[in-house]
Amino acid sequence: MLAFLTRRILIGAFVLWLITMLVFAIFFLAPSNVARTLAGRMATPETVALIQHRLGLDLPIWQQYLKFLGNALHGDLGYDYYHSLPVTSIIADAFPKTASLAIGAAVIWLVMGVFNGVVSAVRPRSWADRGLTAFALFFYSMPTFLLGLLALYFLYFRLTVAGLPLFPPGGYVPITQNPAEWARSLILPWFTLALVSAATYTRLTRASMLEVLGEDYVRTARSKGISERRVVYRHGLRAALTPVVTQFGIDLGTLIGGAVVTETVFSIDGLGREAVTAINQQDLPVIIGIVLVASFVVILANILVDLAYAWLDPRVRLD
Amino acid sequence: MTQADLAVAASEPGPGVAVAVPAIAGRSPWRLAWERLRRDRVAMVSLVVIVLIFASAIAAPLVADLTGHPPDAQFRETGLTPDGLPKEPSAEFWFGTDDLGRDILVRIAYGARISLLVGVVATVLTIVVGVIVGLAAGYYGGIIDTVLARAVDVVLSFPFLLFAISLVSVTGPSLWVAIIVISMFSWASVARIVRGQVLSIREKEYVEAARSLGSSDARIMLFDVLPNVLAPVIVYSTLLIPIVIVTESTLSFLGLGVPPPTPTWGGMLDESTAYYRQAWWFVVFPGAALLITTLAFNLFGDGVRDAFDPRSDRLTAG
Repeated sequence: MLAFLTRRILIGAFVLWLITMLVFAIFFLAPSNVARTLAGRMATPETVALIQHRLGLDLPIWQQYLKFLGNALHGDLGYDYYHSLPVTSIIADAFPKTASLAIGAAVIWLVMGVFNGVVSAVRPRSWADRGLTAFALFFYSMPTFLLGLLALYFLYFRLTVAGLPLFPPGGYVPITQNPAEWARSLILPWFTLALVSAATYTRLTRASMLEVLGEDYVRTARSKGISERRVVYRHGLRAALTPVVTQFGIDLGTLIGGAVVTETVFSIDGLGREAVTAINQQDLPVIIGIVLVASFVVILANILVDLAYAWLDPRVRLD
Repeated sequence: MTQADLAVAASEPGPGVAVAVPAIAGRSPWRLAWERLRRDRVAMVSLVVIVLIFASAIAAPLVADLTGHPPDAQFRETGLTPDGLPKEPSAEFWFGTDDLGRDILVRIAYGARISLLVGVVATVLTIVVGVIVGLAAGYYGGIIDTVLARAVDVVLSFPFLLFAISLVSVTGPSLWVAIIVISMFSWASVARIVRGQVLSIREKEYVEAARSLGSSDARIMLFDVLPNVLAPVIVYSTLLIPIVIVTESTLSFLGLGVPPPTPTWGGMLDESTAYYRQAWWFVVFPGAALLITTLAFNLFGDGVRDAFDPRSDRLTAG
């Protein structure tokens, strides 16, 4: 167990290091005109050179990279090129927004997807199954941004015009400031993300559940006279959840790394939106910072998934 | 393959020949799958819808001619309200106009070209790369397999959209960049599926037979292994097309796909975000086009899967 964790953490650190190199390389290959933009249109070449020097952009790439790496190991991700804000504080500001969005949506889609999947699998080919499967396929085919736009049009705009301002068009209220408003501001983004993802989970749970319910040990459990509910939830669902957990780890990780689309549609200044802004401005320190955090969360989620396996399925040994 | 398929395969002289001799009952697995697919009403309706979408993409210039509205023409006099807002659907503009007074119907027809082009080309590219990597990893095993499998893991754990955005910001958005970015991040799952299949196929007697006859590795992979992994690959491709179409429209929506003024469904929806309060048709028609397309491909893909593997569970209702 300990050996497993150590190995996974070491591999994770290696992947993170690889990613910093990659991002650095991508942006070094791009013609950078940050100093030009900052200096303004009338600037002399001397001014541009001065700014280049101040930002450290005149150093060779490997020196820039080593400097970055040294600082990063001390928890310093540098300052953004445009406002000289510490990258760590930009991330600290954006992270709670993205996390609120992602975790809230994840809870909704997991509950909805697993529940619908179980209902479908327990009575295959029933009307409930067909209805839920059609529902899932419909949202599975729906691009997130389209669902977001439709939610904005019908549930924000139409309702507000009709005198029922239930949902705001977006934005973000910190949970510490007003928990009720926090939830209200996030409800449309949550469901937008959740409905699209729940579809995958319904299909996954249904398929996995159908397979498990055909296993011998489920028949044994039934023949012992255990109630059907207990057979389905205790014996069946637990084993059927393994593929669901894998998918969940990957999805939640990527989502916290940047729910770019949902954040854009609902004007939430989370990590994804900050990253897009930074990329458009070639603001390298911010980009690297966000990509690092995003990848860190993905890697962490993968380790947690493996731990969850061992807990769900006693046959799995971590070593 | 089921028992029946095996019996058929054993009795027929060779693939393709059975089709030419109808008197003999031998039917290839491909023919069996096609016959099952033809009986699937949902899949057949979806296929008709897909054919119609292709037809409208091809006939887009015809639509432009009939309406007299080229896709990029801005009808500032007739296509905008006195306040300069989009005009609602009318006899002149069936689906209304956009913020620049362009005909939404014509632009949707042209947008189908981009969606289908990217959908098909990126899928083919993804499949080719995925199959080559999967074949090599599964067939050779050892160090090649380890390296390729690690690469697959790394690609699958990348925050896709962030990397896509970074790459596009460096190269600038274009049709080919969109296609390549999408393929770069999708081949890994194909490789994983193919590798899994190849691992069991390479131990089969007919592969050993081919090897003992002196066939080269390339020949074995191409003629003995590949045909046997084609079925799952075809199933996966039909289900990949809608995913690729959604990804393309998402990139266009974020301004990272095919740049304006080329009409794309995602790009149109991006332009509509500022106007959805005044112009519902600006959101609803391009959105419906996109949704109908992805739904049709998904329903058809499910049908193809069932046709190739009748034991697999039906995922579509009806």
